[in-house]
Amino acid sequence: MVEKLAEFVANGELDAEFIHVESEHSALSAVVGASAAGARVFTATSSQGLLLMYEIMHIASSIRLPVVMSIATRAISAPINIWCDHSDFMAASDSGWIMLMGMNAQEAHDLVIAAYRIAEDPRVLLPVAVGYDGFWISHTVEPVYVLEKEEALRYAPKRVTWRALDPEKPVTMGPLASPEWYFEFRVQLQKAIEGSRGAISEALREFGQHFGREYREVDGFYTDDADVVLVAMGSVTGTAIPFAEEARKAGLRVGVVNVRLFRPFPEEEVFKHLENAKVVAVVDRAINPGSPFVGPLYSDVAVTAFKRGLDIPVLNYVTGLGGRAVLRSHLEAMVKHAYGFVGKRMRDVETHYGFVGVRE
Amino acid sequence: MSSFTIASIPREELLAPGHRMCQGCGAAIVMRHLLKALGKDVIIAHATGCVEVTTSLYPETAWRVPWIHVAFENAAAVASGIEAAVKAMKRKGLLSKEKRVKAVAIGGDGGTYDIGLQALSGMLERGHDVLYVLYDNEAYMNTGIQRSGGTPLYAWTTTTPVGKLWRGEWRRKKDIIGIVRAHGVSYAAAVNFAYITDFYAKVKKAAEIEGPAFIHAYSPCVPGWRHEPHLTVKIAKLAVQTGTWVNYEIERGTFRVTTPVPKRLPVEEYLRLQGRFAHLTKEEVDTVQRMVDEDVEYINRLAGTVVIGPVERKS
Repeated sequence: MVEKLAEFVANGELDAEFIHVESEHSALSAVVGASAAGARVFTATSSQGLLLMYEIMHIASSIRLPVVMSIATRAISAPINIWCDHSDFMAASDSGWIMLMGMNAQEAHDLVIAAYRIAEDPRVLLPVAVGYDGFWISHTVEPVYVLEKEEALRYAPKRVTWRALDPEKPVTMGPLASPEWYFEFRVQLQKAIEGSRGAISEALREFGQHFGREYREVDGFYTDDADVVLVAMGSVTGTAIPFAEEARKAGLRVGVVNVRLFRPFPEEEVFKHLENAKVVAVVDRAINPGSPFVGPLYSDVAVTAFKRGLDIPVLNYVTGLGGRAVLRSHLEAMVKHAYGFVGKRMRDVETHYGFVGVRE
Repeated sequence: MSSFTIASIPREELLAPGHRMCQGCGAAIVMRHLLKALGKDVIIAHATGCVEVTTSLYPETAWRVPWIHVAFENAAAVASGIEAAVKAMKRKGLLSKEKRVKAVAIGGDGGTYDIGLQALSGMLERGHDVLYVLYDNEAYMNTGIQRSGGTPLYAWTTTTPVGKLWRGEWRRKKDIIGIVRAHGVSYAAAVNFAYITDFYAKVKKAAEIEGPAFIHAYSPCVPGWRHEPHLTVKIAKLAVQTGTWVNYEIERGTFRVTTPVPKRLPVEEYLRLQGRFAHLTKEEVDTVQRMVDEDVEYINRLAGTVVIGPVERKS
């Protein structure tokens, strides 16, 4: 990603300062500094790089800077592995950033443009991360409509909507807050991310009006009459949708939910697609070792169902870690397993999670 | 070294009173005069440390210039971003091209010698128009006097305590300007506020230079060095007079000592005012003296002449 941006800058197509930082920690620190000074900024990372940025991610959101970053989602060490899963993305999900996940290369591009509209919206002023599956999306070839600069700027015009560092009007950013004040800062961050939903919906809807590609926080496919609803994020949904069509021909009523907005988690929109299901099967590409919810997406989906009194089995299938391919046969195994729980309630389920596509 | 006199020091205070730095704090003196020398057209990126926490306790601030603190190890990276933003916005006509806004990074010895060294190296290497100011109080004073790469030989700290086996710090202070110099920067200088006109002249020169510049500021610490608050400036002066600290600059490769000391005082006079060296035996004082002698010899070699003279003992 940054290599392409370097070409744009090298050819004069993008008028920008390109900072060749010595680490991801400095990458995020430099964009935080530049954003604080009033500039529109971008950076990108993955895996260990994201973990190195982790400290500064929290600071960027709490100083309320509209930083935009792409994350080619990848596994984390050890063992070292450069392939896809969602461990890095999920590790950053408590850092106060708005988080979107693209399901193909076009979305990886489009959501970055939408991210500026969201981040810089004066009602929001939060950093936005756009995830897209490492290798499956980042290193495969797909045709993409690239927006013209003018079009993109019409949709997301540059406006400094935040207080910037300016010698004419000096401000202090990133102060020390004692127990008398720190708590209020954190509550303000929680309120800001909770309150960002309207601006996110608006930005996604208007993206469709401008460019004809409308994105929603959550997509549902065949969920109205599905027995088993698969909930997933990222490129796996691209496998799941044709799989569901095929399964239906074989008499398995399968629905698919694609979670595009992960933070703030769109509970209502997700729930809408679960309420008619008999079993929910959540596909995770990461684990929270030792957590009662093994998969991080599962934890959010299960709580969403629980809060609304949906007493059906919500199951978790962890798959595709460290770049292992998630095939239709894997999805089929999940659905067939899930079918065994039709008619049951959550308390009837003994084991809520399982690994799919792993050696016994 | 220049026409700068005490009378030229601006009256306007850009570091507001009411901050929570200790009585007799060296860093407070450094910051006050640093800001006076820099003037208003700066944006400061500050590393976590004593000065940061004592000047920015919400909802108050001592900074009358734009100021940001992000984390401990990244002041140079944050300042790189600020400088790049100012550059881009000037080019695009979003900021006035006439006015120079200088990006300044400030860090203590922990944030510079140790945890921030990588970010500092990156900033210097990339050639950002950033002035980096290191205020060196020779340990992590903010977190409780733990040793850093800037702690001198034999200094007591809470992590180099004096015990049955340990005699305080057992390693020598890292040559930070040597490291900076290796990046080929246009300007690097060591300053000591007991020589205030030299301090001003160097900060001004460093700020005016286009590209990365480095100021290493001597900064005594009352609780960390265990000295009386009224002795701060005296100790600062003794540091120079004993040759423990040398005021010098490296301007486009040319080395110059700006405060020559024809006759040095024995290092003991510097050490005995500080509780952190109270445990030193005669032999250990002699070891420190030999180390300072070696350092002085090195400085004289760089200067190409004897600018720091021999120790003159009072009879």
